[in-house]
Amino acid sequence: MTSIGTGYDLSASTYSPDGRIFQVEYANKAVENAGTAIGLRVKDGVVLAVEKIIHSKLLMPESNKRILTIDRHIGYTSSGLLADGRQLANRAREEAQSSRDFYREPPTLKAIVNRLSLFVQAYTLYSSVRPFGCTSLLAAVDKHGPGLYVIEPSGISLGYHGAAVGKGRQLAKTELEKLKLSELSMREAVFEAARIIHLVHDDAKEKDFELEMSWIGSETNNVHLPVPKDLFLEADRKAREALEEDMED
Amino acid sequence: MDHHPTNWGRPRDDRVDPYGTFPIHARPRPAKDVFADGVQRTQQPIVTGTSVIGLKYSGGVMLAADNLASYGSLARYKDVQRLHPVGTSTVVGAGGDMSDFQHLQHMLDSLVTEEFTYDDGNKLGPTEIYEYLSRVMYGRRSKMDPLWNALVVGGVKPNGESFLGYVDLLGTTYQSPTIATGFGAYIAQPLLRNAVDERPDPLSEEEAVKVIQQCMKALFYRDARSLNKYQIAKVTSEGVTISDPLEAPTVWGFAEGIRGYGAQTQ
Amino acid sequence: MVGVKSIVATRNTYDSDNTVFSPQGRLHQVEYALEAVKQGSAAVGLRSKTHAVLLALKRSTGELASYQQKMFRIDDHVGIAIAGLTSDARVLSNFMRQQAMSSRMIFNRPSPVNRLVSAIADKAQVNTQEYGRRPYGVGFLVIGQDETGPHLYEFSPSGTAYEYFAMSIGARSQSAKTYLERHYEEFMDCTVEKLITHGLHALRETLQQDKELTILNTSIGIVGPPAGSESYVKAGGAFRILEGEPIQVFLDTMTPKESVAPAIVEPDSEDEGGDGDVQMSDA
Repeated sequence: MTSIGTGYDLSASTYSPDGRIFQVEYANKAVENAGTAIGLRVKDGVVLAVEKIIHSKLLMPESNKRILTIDRHIGYTSSGLLADGRQLANRAREEAQSSRDFYREPPTLKAIVNRLSLFVQAYTLYSSVRPFGCTSLLAAVDKHGPGLYVIEPSGISLGYHGAAVGKGRQLAKTELEKLKLSELSMREAVFEAARIIHLVHDDAKEKDFELEMSWIGSETNNVHLPVPKDLFLEADRKAREALEEDMED
Repeated sequence: MDHHPTNWGRPRDDRVDPYGTFPIHARPRPAKDVFADGVQRTQQPIVTGTSVIGLKYSGGVMLAADNLASYGSLARYKDVQRLHPVGTSTVVGAGGDMSDFQHLQHMLDSLVTEEFTYDDGNKLGPTEIYEYLSRVMYGRRSKMDPLWNALVVGGVKPNGESFLGYVDLLGTTYQSPTIATGFGAYIAQPLLRNAVDERPDPLSEEEAVKVIQQCMKALFYRDARSLNKYQIAKVTSEGVTISDPLEAPTVWGFAEGIRGYGAQTQ
Repeated sequence: MVGVKSIVATRNTYDSDNTVFSPQGRLHQVEYALEAVKQGSAAVGLRSKTHAVLLALKRSTGELASYQQKMFRIDDHVGIAIAGLTSDARVLSNFMRQQAMSSRMIFNRPSPVNRLVSAIADKAQVNTQEYGRRPYGVGFLVIGQDETGPHLYEFSPSGTAYEYFAMSIGARSQSAKTYLERHYEEFMDCTVEKLITHGLHALRETLQQDKELTILNTSIGIVGPPAGSESYVKAGGAFRILEGEPIQVFLDTMTPKESVAPAIVEPDSEDEGGDGDVQMSDA
């Protein structure tokens, strides 16, 4: 990287001569090497799935959740620095609550995403802080229907039908693009999500992983919940089988 | 016209700064808060609900409150629900100021949402809700700014035991197998105690409903701020159910003979 | 200020500030803080279905000095063992105590363990993002019990906290980890005595060649019903720290170092020797 050692990459408050802010780009690097997280916005809801890297076999399975809940109807997951992600989740919870205090109704996802991306952006302005080293996925069903947004370390937020962040994002995006997302049901999306996470995980190179999935939509009465155990196990098993079939080909 | 923005909305003190010449950072502060004498806190409730009653029975806890919110002696709103479910194992019933109660409902809903977002297997049961409410009520009264309510908290604890507690605007708390607030403390409480305390074994659900109905009827006859339209909340280990509005059968034939009520002959 | 540094600095310019990402997206100051944890003596934690225990190695600066404090009680149901900067630990443990007390004050309920741990993790994260601060230089093993049973968490200065079957932190903790990874599948069904024996074996792995565990240099922390040798434990199996004479019975259950591997693998090794006094079943 040509920027290294030039002195223009040491602070978020410094532009390089060609107008880039390297600290934000470096923050993106923290995301690019982290476990993959995907979101599928389908016709009646949204599904989130993450590839949770197991860095030690002493970890309690199914504890240490990566998918968090912001409000009854908003789900959150992030890829990158986990501690930064938790900070943003807490901020999002505060935003959701203050919106409820003010308007006395469940906030729309867009309102929360707008507020949160302003917050993220503020950390790209000053030398006294560093940008957030994580990209966030937010999923919800609100009065406008299902929604899925991604917020990057720069503070950019965009809505998606299908989103993928983290190490396996390229392959995951390719797989997502093959799907007719707006025609899938939530249940079908759970199977696709499990399959994609299993597919993008590189068994040979990486440590073990645990799949984690949540959903919100008509199946959950528009409440953000973990995917029920039996459905989860079935999707997980099918994903493994599909992978093995591919291997044999 | 005072063109200095820092002076807008604040009384000018001509004794020290007749021409507004002080630099901004050294502006003279008023010696004391000029509003201090004018600040007043809630001195009385405005739109009010009357009694709440509650009792423990074999399956859990039952609460009842009528649907009236009065404006002084005016029966202003006749479709107000004064029983509020909190989570899956608690109900809070309120008498007193209805806007304060709506504020409490919002606080409790926020609390339940926050607990839901933790998603860690821990739940808020009736004992937690009751402690929280008593802290809020006592805290506010200690600020000389009370939430003007008498509250009944009923629910089922995680171990299956039922819970029934009272907390009011002073922060007073007690727990008992039967509770009645407000005018109900005089009219309904003895009826409830007769039904519950005098018996060695707990009431069945049918018996409990019957006692509640009896109490609500007596209250409607005797309490001028009550309405013969009330709801019953049941909390069992299955969860919370709140009935549609009910009516107790009443007889008014005797009223004909009461002076000032029926058709007067002289 | 940053500009001056880039001129003066001779080697890695990305490591002197916690508000700077390296080109690889790493935070060197945080990684150095993790090294500070490894400067402290080791602590080991493990849990079963009924108990969670902590074991820690205490250092002393000399014969005239007392041994350091490695364990702190947070509340009746939670305790911690630390490795790293003790003064940072006191700040964080005080914070945990406040959180625990406020849960009892407001809700009349012992704070769920994971929320206490998340609270300090979130607090620690701020120190990795803002100028003029440094990340905390201490790691915790937190044990506790709540509505969902016993738990063991590791908290680290990076602002993360994970739940484990068993974990070790501090100097030479990798050796203890190796032991734990070899045996962790047995832990869930262990009695508290057996759990402590495993913990002592793991902790022993972190010692230098000529040292051994004694009643002076070892602390044991427990939550869960009393062990056979414990005469008094507060109701509900509250967190307690054992030091000195009471831990002799547990030290006696250790197998001599040379024969550790076979002794642990054999299921009937519990019956060995004449130390029957600590082999009581779990109450």
